[in-house]
Amino acid sequence: MAKEKKLHKQHRTLDSVISHAVLILISIVWLFPFICIVLQSFRSYDTEIGGMVGYIIPKHFSLDSYAWLFSKDSQFVRWYLNTFIIALFVAIGQTCMVLMVSYSLSRMRFKGRTLWMRICLILGMFPGFLTMICLYFLLKQFGLTQQGAIPGLILIGVASSGMGYYVCKGFFDTIPKSLDEAARIDGASRARIFFTLTIPLSKPIIIYTALTAFMAPWCDYIFASYVAFGYSDSYNVAVALYRWVNTNDYQGYFTRFCAGGVLIAIPVTILFMCLQKYYVEGVTGGAVKG
Amino acid sequence: MKKIASFFKWIGKDLKDIGITFGDGDWKTRISYLIMGFGPLVRGYFARGIAFLALEVLYILYMVSFGADYLAKISSLGTVETHMDLTTFVTVYGDNSFLILLYGVLSIIITLAFILAWRMNLRENRNEELAARENRKVPTVKEDLHQLLDNKFHVTLLALPTLGIFTFMIVPIIFMVCVAFTNYDKQHQAPSNLFTWVGFENFKKLVSFGGSGFGSTFFSILGWTLVWAFFATFLNYFLGMAVAILINKKCVKFKKLWRTILVMTIAIPQFVSLLYVSKMFAPDGIINSKLLEWGWISQALPFWKDPMWARVTIIVINCWVGIPYLMLISTGILMNIPEDLYESARIDGANGWQMFRKITLPYMLFVTGPYLLTQFTGNLNNFNIIYLLSGGAPQSIDMTGSAGKTDLLVTWLYKMTLDDTNYCMAATIGIVVFLVTAGISLVVYGLLPSVKDEEGFQ
Repeated sequence: MAKEKKLHKQHRTLDSVISHAVLILISIVWLFPFICIVLQSFRSYDTEIGGMVGYIIPKHFSLDSYAWLFSKDSQFVRWYLNTFIIALFVAIGQTCMVLMVSYSLSRMRFKGRTLWMRICLILGMFPGFLTMICLYFLLKQFGLTQQGAIPGLILIGVASSGMGYYVCKGFFDTIPKSLDEAARIDGASRARIFFTLTIPLSKPIIIYTALTAFMAPWCDYIFASYVAFGYSDSYNVAVALYRWVNTNDYQGYFTRFCAGGVLIAIPVTILFMCLQKYYVEGVTGGAVKG
Repeated sequence: MKKIASFFKWIGKDLKDIGITFGDGDWKTRISYLIMGFGPLVRGYFARGIAFLALEVLYILYMVSFGADYLAKISSLGTVETHMDLTTFVTVYGDNSFLILLYGVLSIIITLAFILAWRMNLRENRNEELAARENRKVPTVKEDLHQLLDNKFHVTLLALPTLGIFTFMIVPIIFMVCVAFTNYDKQHQAPSNLFTWVGFENFKKLVSFGGSGFGSTFFSILGWTLVWAFFATFLNYFLGMAVAILINKKCVKFKKLWRTILVMTIAIPQFVSLLYVSKMFAPDGIINSKLLEWGWISQALPFWKDPMWARVTIIVINCWVGIPYLMLISTGILMNIPEDLYESARIDGANGWQMFRKITLPYMLFVTGPYLLTQFTGNLNNFNIIYLLSGGAPQSIDMTGSAGKTDLLVTWLYKMTLDDTNYCMAATIGIVVFLVTAGISLVVYGLLPSVKDEEGFQ
């Protein structure tokens, strides 16, 4: 009996050791590229080459690449501001849109409600890039391309964002309807209920919506490059970095790309880690409700 | 079928209603058939009357000054080509097919909206008449506006989102669907050249082999798109679940740390991480140079040069991208599985694998069924991974339209638009993607256990 218990214990320890070993391995694999990016961004540009090399740890640590990004030779600061402005306004606009749509679809019952939802479902099945040239032309009519690319990108990011109401509506559905009814009996109008009852109760989902809405344009490359085409003042960081890596001259820009990548990743990563709780809630909720 | 029948029934009923309104109505109502808002104006409801009248005036102004021209040309998409006048050597600008199509579509939509407004005008008249007969009060404008914040609050809330979706989603989609039936390609670029309707020619070209047909390229890309979506969805799903179970194990310490490490990778922008990873696997990238240095290989591995290597590499890297998400989702759901299910299984002598097969997996599949479906359709259109990692490379001479061996339908569509400016084929591919997505969604959605039997696991 005692022997069996000991065997069981040994088995347990072995299991635990293997599990931890696997987890450490996973962590290394997942973090490896990021560690590489950070290390390479500190490689000295003057004493070593700025391109790709066969080793990870730089021979001389320096801030050359960062210094270059903030020097007069590069427009990095401007691109960074562009990215920030676009992401901020899209996050605000999109959150408002999604809240408005979700509240109506979750709380109100009206003619055409299911039709509205069905149309959104069908529209969502068209690939997003299908309408690219048409959108570009529409923006161009209003002068919102090239020089005006930033308001243009904000407009595109906000305009049809009401379609992404699923997660938020799922959340509203879980707020008991009896709350609304009680307020209605007390004579509150729908608008009052929306602003004073529903919104304060929805902090987690508002944060989730704003966070995802902020991150999408922060990382957007495709549409940004199309709308700002050929006018470097309107680039966002993604467009600029992509051009650095995918030109013939990328060997000269590789450490700079790494440095730019680190700078663009830091704010979102911090934001994300702080709001992680809400993100996890939103993602899990969305997956369960479909 | 039933839906279509009921739609026609509804139209019939509505037409009858219009007839009754006319037959039963007084002269004020009848004149309103021609001059919108006449009835309300005469009856003293000025705000409404003026609104309707203004709509009609605006519509007529739009049509006369702008819309009618384009609407008339939409059947041919323009006949006068831009050319040089041979006597004066001045460029004569002809029709612009692009504008004709765009504004033609817009005019049709505006006309439909106008018909709707006209119908509302009739309803308003009818309502006012009946109210007068029954000595009822018609709600004042102020009351109506107040309703917009109360019982009709949804109208206020949905107005802006609907307008946005309509202008930046519906109009462009209708326009592009129309483009799929034209010959708008490199040789027919507006404004210097005209393009015109060609019927189903593009669809035929897409599936025909040999000559100028896109058939072999299309089916090869379609096949890879489906294979990719399958692996990207299910491999991530099961591996993500495995990692979640591993972290959930009782013997594992620092659970929060492991989760945080994985979640952190979600936060870092994909264009940074994926661009870097794609360079890691390049011939002169860190992986190849390390392997060479250690003498494990004698020449660089063809990660992006060989079709098979590239495809496998992409699927593996996608696991790296996707597992953290799935880990998050599975963790939440796994915690909801009642512990006593496992307890009783353990008493019956089930081992870990059996418990996974009989309890965990069915539960997970049941709960995440719809999510898997959306994941699958999302992966069919997963542009970022392919574009940032391989850009569709390696290219191959047996593919047309600058397609590569790892291109998905969406990245091919993107290349068609940007590199080839072959808009009509791009639009055709877009419609095919829609059909594939919609088809799979419809079929699978009906088969999902959680849809068939909502209470199944409670």
